[in-house]
Amino acid sequence: MINTSYTMAGVTFKNPVVMASGTFGFGKEYGTYYDLNRLGGISGKGLTLHPKEGNSGLRVYETPSGMLNSVGLENPGVAAFLQEECPRWEALDLARIVNLGGNTLQDYIEGARLIEEDAIARQQSGRPAVDMIELNISCPNVKAGGMAYGIKTEVAREVVREIRAVTTLPLIIKLSPNAEDLVSMAEMCETEGADAISLVNTFSAMKIDIYKRRSVFNNLYAGLSGPAIKPIALRMVHQVCKAVEIPVMGMGGISSTEDIIEFIMAGAAVIQVGTYNFINIRAGIDLVDGVECFMRDQGIRSLDEIRGIL
Amino acid sequence: MPAVIYNEQIAEGVYRLAVEGSYAARMGQFYMLRAWDMYPLLSRPLSVFNVEDNYIEFLYLVAGEGTAIFSKLQAGDEIMLEGPLGNGFSKSAGRTAFVGGGIGIAPFYYALKQVPEADVYLGFSREAYLVDEFKALTSGEVITNVGGIILNQVDFNQYDTIYTCGPHKMLEAVQQKQADSGTAADVYVSLENRMACGIGACLVCSVKCKEKRKKACADGPVFRAEEVVFE
Repeated sequence: MINTSYTMAGVTFKNPVVMASGTFGFGKEYGTYYDLNRLGGISGKGLTLHPKEGNSGLRVYETPSGMLNSVGLENPGVAAFLQEECPRWEALDLARIVNLGGNTLQDYIEGARLIEEDAIARQQSGRPAVDMIELNISCPNVKAGGMAYGIKTEVAREVVREIRAVTTLPLIIKLSPNAEDLVSMAEMCETEGADAISLVNTFSAMKIDIYKRRSVFNNLYAGLSGPAIKPIALRMVHQVCKAVEIPVMGMGGISSTEDIIEFIMAGAAVIQVGTYNFINIRAGIDLVDGVECFMRDQGIRSLDEIRGIL
Repeated sequence: MPAVIYNEQIAEGVYRLAVEGSYAARMGQFYMLRAWDMYPLLSRPLSVFNVEDNYIEFLYLVAGEGTAIFSKLQAGDEIMLEGPLGNGFSKSAGRTAFVGGGIGIAPFYYALKQVPEADVYLGFSREAYLVDEFKALTSGEVITNVGGIILNQVDFNQYDTIYTCGPHKMLEAVQQKQADSGTAADVYVSLENRMACGIGACLVCSVKCKEKRKKACADGPVFRAEEVVFE
């Protein structure tokens, strides 16, 4: 019998495969292709207190082994999520993570408070729908706030501290690879009481249309994801795993079983899969099966045997 | 994985691809195709050109890296198809026109099989192709234009339903013409936005509409012409 599970802050991931925020909606669409309950977890589309239209103009540009996106946090808002999506999440048997972003500190706090109130009410009625909050302090596509919070440790400290005070739900902080000092950022999260860290979000990047002589994106910069960033993401996850005791969710270009095992060997508790969903619509199932197959093949009974061995 | 039956060049940069298998697509829907493993990253959305009992056809223009790879496919090569996706054309009512610009003619071949009395307007920039094939499918008129503006030949007041597909500029002109002509016809545009997931999860193909943003892949690719806000 092999064991792929991991428990953090009382939340059990039955396997290390978690779908990354922004690439998987709230699970409804991919749920028509396979049973979502096979997954370790899902992090829903990033929410803000108020609904957001997102960026105008082109939102995607393919690059060598990667893609740039400039969605700009288009989302229905926290209240609409709680009302319209949570009834479906209630029935899911996997780690359910709500991803929260914001433009201002006040928006973050108010958004977290709504999620908290809903979670308590659902707890009392025995119908929980959200297991953890993933705080997005790192979206590169939102001009005010967003990434600004993810760059400087002392700016981020304020938002982490405030949200920690608002919610009793396990709190994950999602870090930007664009942070000035990623390790100090991670240490700060641990000090401020975060239960876990996830990294990396997309890399701030650019594409110029040389005939129009302008950026292809109205927002100038966009976020780079996909296999192109994996080696850098792996190094960053390794550094953060060495620096903190709290669990780390590793991500960045993961597109194969081998990639997952690398991140776990680098110390990740679980991993998140984003852009690979666009390459392979059944990515979730294939990777869950792939990890089990690798473990059987290699005589590994628990991922603890290989986690953080480097 | 299904195999390619043929992949013929029919005009400069334009190919007709047939893939084996049984397919249940509606007119105006599309598939996400890839004929490679990891590179290029994204699959390519192609609208359905034709469906037969044991194969499906796509008509595509070589426009970038992905379609360049498609153009080199040989009979027997494997290709992955995900679909059918999108809303497609709603069932047409009354006198119907299909108006295609360039590779935008692709979805109307299969659509004609469902609306075999429709008029068809085919606009080409350099050379006409498939005109006889379109003529064979309809009892209506087939009007072509090479190098000009096909839209100028369509009288919007003659029809009850008008479906259009083509370059962004053409579809913008469709919207303008709908307003200027004061037509009572239902006018539709089929959009060709860049896509990633193809199923409505990632929001990169977002379309600004009057009420709210919609997804080209899942809410479209077919929209009422008057609801789109061209950016």
